[in-house]
Amino acid sequence: MLEATQLECERGGRTLFRDLSFAVRNGEALRIAGPNGSGKTSLIRILCGLAAPSQGEVRWDGTRVQRLAEEYTRRLLYIGHAAALKDDFTPFENLDVACRLTGAAASTEALRWALGAFAVPDLPVRRLSQGQRRRAALARLLISESVPLWLLDEPFAALDAAGSSYVEELLARHVKAGGSLVYSTHQPSALDAAAHLVDLKH
Amino acid sequence: MLAIARTLVARDLLLAARRRSDVATALLFFVIVASLFPLGIGAEPNQLRAIAPGVIWVAALLSSMLSLARLFSGDYADGTLEQLLLSGAPLGIVVSAKAFAHWLVSGLPLVLIAPLIALQYDVAAPLYGVLALSLLLGTPVLSIIGAIGAALTLGLRGGGVLLSLLVLPLYVPVLILGAGAVEMASAGLAADGQLLLLAALLIVVAVFAPWATAAALRISLE
Repeated sequence: MLEATQLECERGGRTLFRDLSFAVRNGEALRIAGPNGSGKTSLIRILCGLAAPSQGEVRWDGTRVQRLAEEYTRRLLYIGHAAALKDDFTPFENLDVACRLTGAAASTEALRWALGAFAVPDLPVRRLSQGQRRRAALARLLISESVPLWLLDEPFAALDAAGSSYVEELLARHVKAGGSLVYSTHQPSALDAAAHLVDLKH
Repeated sequence: MLAIARTLVARDLLLAARRRSDVATALLFFVIVASLFPLGIGAEPNQLRAIAPGVIWVAALLSSMLSLARLFSGDYADGTLEQLLLSGAPLGIVVSAKAFAHWLVSGLPLVLIAPLIALQYDVAAPLYGVLALSLLLGTPVLSIIGAIGAALTLGLRGGGVLLSLLVLPLYVPVLILGAGAVEMASAGLAADGQLLLLAALLIVVAVFAPWATAAALRISLE
């Protein structure tokens, strides 16, 4: 279970949000909404442990995530704004390295299948379009189904309708299988009805 | 944990292989800087022999400096650095692997090519071994210490110049010991003292500096 208590985030002398408390249990989804610049990305990075909140704390199963360190990062999958792909590598090489770095190497067939499911062409990432890059990054979802916590920043950005609905389906399946999901998005999706909402408007 | 470090080293080597020009620039820089001195000073053999260790070592420092700015900036720009922070290994290990890959690409070629440069300075053949050995022990220190500076200046405007100002003073002990070892040997004395000190420096730095780099990276990425 992911718990956030009284989080406060300050960026450049401006308070983005304060007194933010919520919990995401197994089999639950949380949607982070809010206009541009309201701190959605900052909140997700705080939940990952990449940034420290100016007040409050984030706990995983009751222990502060900073104390858990790799014990925590091994249990989460974070896909941020940047696709985290190397331009000089093919999507396959990128995915392979990404999986190995989390300590969970996947078989060649599994990687090929995941990229095939997302219809990513086998070209150097440099030559892919924005949407194809996004697909190559999101292919990690198919390899990481056993990872309990997914933190996705704008997973639907740059995707076409078919891509969006496929990702929606994957996210719904993950939650149904008992995983936790935190995602931020502007566009409405089928997941929203079942998801808790944190609105950073105020 | 070691598998993760190995993956990262292999990844950085493959990236370097795909961008050979980056590697070649640093190496050519070393060759050209070291070759300018005999041209500027004139071909007086005794003088050249006297300045050789210092010049070769300074050129090595500058060349290692040149590629340092790229150590983390590429990963920072495309978001892979965030993923490295979230990888399954402690950040200190991740940073050590990156510094090791940097040394393999930018330090090791200097060790191999230095005897060729020494030829231009009419350095006596028995000294080639000492020169190469001093570079072999010293250049990893440059990569490991340089990583701290690269992490601190990550994402800053004009970071390249700041990086040199931060890191070059820290390179001074390596320069003194490295060039000193070759000078001792050329005077016909044993260079063991300097070389052992260099080795000790390498061990201390390899153990402690990655944790400083890790802390600096966390600050830069906040």
